[in-house]
Amino acid sequence: MNNIFKRTVKDKAFKYIIVLFSFISVVPLIFILLYIFKNGISAINLKFFTHLPKPVGEKGGGISNAIIGTFMIVIIASLVAIPIGIIVGVFLSENKKSRFAEFVRTSTDILLSIPSIVIGIVAYIWLVKSMGDFSALSGGIALAIMMLPVIIKSTEETLKLIPDHLKEASLALGVPYYRTILKVILPAGISGIITGILLGIARIAGETAPLLFTAFGNPFMNINILRPVNALPLLIYNYAMSPYHQWHKIAWGAALVLIILVLILNIIAKIVIKKWKVQF
Amino acid sequence: MNNLNADIFIKKSHRNIQIRGNKFSGDVVFKKFLFFSGLCIIILFLAIFLSLVLNSIPSIRAFGLNFFITKVWSPPDRQFGALPFIVGTLATSFLAIIITIPFSFSISVFTGEFYKEGVLSNILKSMIELLAGIPSVVYGFFGLFVLAPVIRTLEMKIGVLPYGVGIFTSSLILSVMIIPFSASIGREVINMVPADIKEAAYSLGGTHYEVIRSTVIPYAKSGIFAGILLALGRALGETMAVTMIIGNSDFLPHSIFSPANTMASVIANEFTEATGTLYLSSLIEIGVVLFIITGIINILGKIIIKKLMVEI
Repeated sequence: MNNIFKRTVKDKAFKYIIVLFSFISVVPLIFILLYIFKNGISAINLKFFTHLPKPVGEKGGGISNAIIGTFMIVIIASLVAIPIGIIVGVFLSENKKSRFAEFVRTSTDILLSIPSIVIGIVAYIWLVKSMGDFSALSGGIALAIMMLPVIIKSTEETLKLIPDHLKEASLALGVPYYRTILKVILPAGISGIITGILLGIARIAGETAPLLFTAFGNPFMNINILRPVNALPLLIYNYAMSPYHQWHKIAWGAALVLIILVLILNIIAKIVIKKWKVQF
Repeated sequence: MNNLNADIFIKKSHRNIQIRGNKFSGDVVFKKFLFFSGLCIIILFLAIFLSLVLNSIPSIRAFGLNFFITKVWSPPDRQFGALPFIVGTLATSFLAIIITIPFSFSISVFTGEFYKEGVLSNILKSMIELLAGIPSVVYGFFGLFVLAPVIRTLEMKIGVLPYGVGIFTSSLILSVMIIPFSASIGREVINMVPADIKEAAYSLGGTHYEVIRSTVIPYAKSGIFAGILLALGRALGETMAVTMIIGNSDFLPHSIFSPANTMASVIANEFTEATGTLYLSSLIEIGVVLFIITGIINILGKIIIKKLMVEI
């Protein structure tokens, strides 16, 4: 009897410890979000989005150049990474067993695991060194290398789930292979692919390390892709590390904007996967 | 009239056949195109690796293997040894892993075993996903302005030099950042444990705890280990958050509260200021090492998970 009592107590204790630890791990998240919201909201107003940063000592100033810069870099990265990523994803899902595909898959895994700072070095060597200047283009390429494996993986995983009879039916109707892929397989998996793209963008939008020595940062507005640009995460880093209180405040505001941006992307991704899911 | 129609029909179908013929050759092109795109990925990987290695040749030539055991990093003297950063990286990453294990294990058991469905586990799951979504620079910002002062008062209380920033602070932030990785893999492998084994254990009269300890954990052991390994890979390569709160010191750290530099953070801090080929190539060599280590750890983790899936 005593033994059973001991065992039940142990069981209950284990359960409570698990529940306790699980919820303790959420506490930092709540803290971080609360702090950023509290400190960021006071910095944000209309001018924050439309004005350029001001020199130290002058009140006000905004982050318009960083917002534009982030959009530029993300667009460059998307233009490069999305088409290639989808094509490679199709290749991997169509060649499940071949040896060569296994090599491609391993390369993708390694690309996914490369630390972001190392990708920054590579983009520096390839583009900044050869062009002689930091540029939005090099930042975009660095982020494209980060985004590419994410899109490949999600495309492959999505297309793998599409049943074979869909493809077989199309081929049996005499539709050529490439049209089958483009008009049957890809549309059937579109929700998964779009989700992958959104998560890929969410991943790179907040990346700082690859931009440190590629996009570099720029206190002025710039829309030339061959010149250095500012980006939200770069601005947060530079301003947070500065000794000026005024700049810290702007950094909190920028952090809030960045988090909201990433959150919205994640939420849209979730909605897409739920609403557009093709049922088989 | 009828004849004419038939004629047109035959002509049309001829044309169709011709177009079809072209389309079949289009298939060949398409397949080659797909193959070529796969090749591009391999080339990209090799190109990244090669250009890193090529650019670190001056440093490899100058220091050889001593690079990894020299503890002096002094750009003015052109003396570069990576030992302080290797120690810093290992210290922060392993400390972070040790801190994170109880939490991510709890979350995996909570969402994989106790509450598989329901509001509570959904909330927990989306919160953990959110944790993964927060950009690393934001973690660093939070660590610098909120956590570091807290650690500073703690350090004053226990009587060590109150830097606030340092290995311990970085490990704390890192441990929060890697929870999502190990927790999600842990949940998946716990979910994969076959129900009949668990049911057999229950039918023998086991309590929930005993079932988890004696059947679920032994079964999911290697998967949980793989999750920890992948989280370790993340922690080793994590740059921005660590760069902001590790204190940027090029000396060998002597305690877990002292400021240091990790391999990633020294690159982030010094790359743009690096003057001279030797300095730059030393930093790139650190990048190569980081690349190789994280690559190996990731492949190892993937292999373990794959093996587990085959077994089940």
